[in-house]
Amino acid sequence: MIRVSNLSAYYDTATGRSMALEDMNLCVPKGGTCAIIGPSGCGKSTLLRILAGIASNYEGEVSIADASVDPEVLSIGFIPQNYGLLPWKTVRDNIRLSWKVKHPESLVPEGEETILARLGIGEELLERFPRELSGGQQQRASLARAFLLQPDVLLMDEPFSALDAITREEMQEVFFELWRAQAVTTVIVTHYVEEALYLGQTVIVLSSAPGHVLSVTENSFFARREDSGEYAAQKARLRGWLTGKGAEA
Amino acid sequence: MKKRILASCLGAAFLFLAWLALSEIVRLPIIPSPVRVVENIGEIFFGTIAVHGAYSLGRIIAGLLLAVGVGLPVGVLMGWSRRADRLLAPLVYLTYPVPKIALLPIVMLLFGLGDGSKTIMLFLILVFQVVIAVRDSIRAIPEEVFYPLASLGAPFRLILLEVLLPASLPKFMTAIRVAMATAISVLFFTETFGTQYGMGYFIMDAWLRVNYLEMYSGIVVLSVMGLFMFGVMDFAERYFCRWQGKM
Ligand SMILES: Nc1ncnc2c1ncn2[C@@H]1O[C@H](COP(=O)(O)OP(=O)(O)OP(=O)(O)O)[C@@H](O)[C@H]1O
Ligand SMILES: [Mg+2]
Repeated sequence: MIRVSNLSAYYDTATGRSMALEDMNLCVPKGGTCAIIGPSGCGKSTLLRILAGIASNYEGEVSIADASVDPEVLSIGFIPQNYGLLPWKTVRDNIRLSWKVKHPESLVPEGEETILARLGIGEELLERFPRELSGGQQQRASLARAFLLQPDVLLMDEPFSALDAITREEMQEVFFELWRAQAVTTVIVTHYVEEALYLGQTVIVLSSAPGHVLSVTENSFFARREDSGEYAAQKARLRGWLTGKGAEA
Repeated sequence: MKKRILASCLGAAFLFLAWLALSEIVRLPIIPSPVRVVENIGEIFFGTIAVHGAYSLGRIIAGLLLAVGVGLPVGVLMGWSRRADRLLAPLVYLTYPVPKIALLPIVMLLFGLGDGSKTIMLFLILVFQVVIAVRDSIRAIPEEVFYPLASLGAPFRLILLEVLLPASLPKFMTAIRVAMATAISVLFFTETFGTQYGMGYFIMDAWLRVNYLEMYSGIVVLSVMGLFMFGVMDFAERYFCRWQGKM
């Protein structure tokens, strides 16, 4: 379970302290998924970095499985917004990196072939360096690295943003397979209301900077590709929060 | 690659012809024909020059190893820890612009006239370049590059191996390649005294004996040695830094 209470995050810049998140509360049950949407610059990436245990510029309580976040103890699958591939490693070595850190004794990650095949990463791509890949290919490599780790929690920062519509749907399916098989607690940041409704059991809308929670929706359209009137109404409600018209929209 | 080798061969052929032409025009012992020099190298290489070459090469390698052994850890420390940098930076910046050759008398007083002081001179020339290259490249690593390893709770050993060293490799190798030219000139100079071995000794000794043929042979071999080291480093740089793709 991921629990965040009274979280405020800040950045100290030359002009003083600026707030990125304010008084944020969040709870994702074990094995659940939570989608976060919000305008650009509202602190979504900041939140994920804090959950991943790599940022300490915050006040408040953050816990995973009732303990403070410790990347050394937990297996955290973190997909940063810019994919986080190391430029000097081939795609193969990049994909194996997280496995290598967490399982130094074994060389080849379990189920590597299956996941690579599902993500459409061929033999030829594996030998290349990240700068020789398209944005979408880099994104898939980053997904492969996180999925292979079989993490305790999965934190994804706009993981499908660079993919075309068809590939995005495919990758969302891959995510679901994995999520079902491993029951991994997931937080996913996205810009798309549709994606949030499809991937999040809970959908959270954040305000513009400094981000705070505007609405929490228990999503009945989770894992359903739907086009009903009810779905459209739900979408419109979420859009309403995003555009600042609030619940009346 | 092939193109570069071809270009180098053309350049060498041009130099050879120009030298040949000059020696034919001047017809003086101070400019012997390159054909005779090459013949002379063939005769005395394995008996004499190779030994001197090996001495010079050994000193270069010793100086290089020492410089990397000291410079790399110091550079990593300064790049990684702000506090270490604040402590060491003044020292580096004060000593960096001092022409290292000016320190030669002190080095000789401290380490004698033998191999020790020659190696230390090479070390002094290379080490600052290494420290600064490594420190600057570690400083320039964008924060995001650390995220994947940080979110895995990787120990410093892995961060060093997977991020700090690969990120500083390109600048590190360029620094060594550039500093190597200076290092070889200084080595030549230091080999003209306090030793009976080394390319510097061989060339100057031939000059004193008015044996111009041997002197030229020494110069050619020393040049080829420099060229060879340059080539090896260039190749290594291309291979290990191919992920950059700019070259
Ligand atoms: N290193 C930093 N130094 C100072 N301010 C920062 C830094 N990183 C982010 N910020 C600020 O914090 C706020 C939140 O940034 P964050 O990257 O979390 O936004 P985001 O919601 O992920 O945006 P986007 O959707 O564009 O990715 C922004 O206003 C940004 O300007
Ligand atoms: Mg972001």
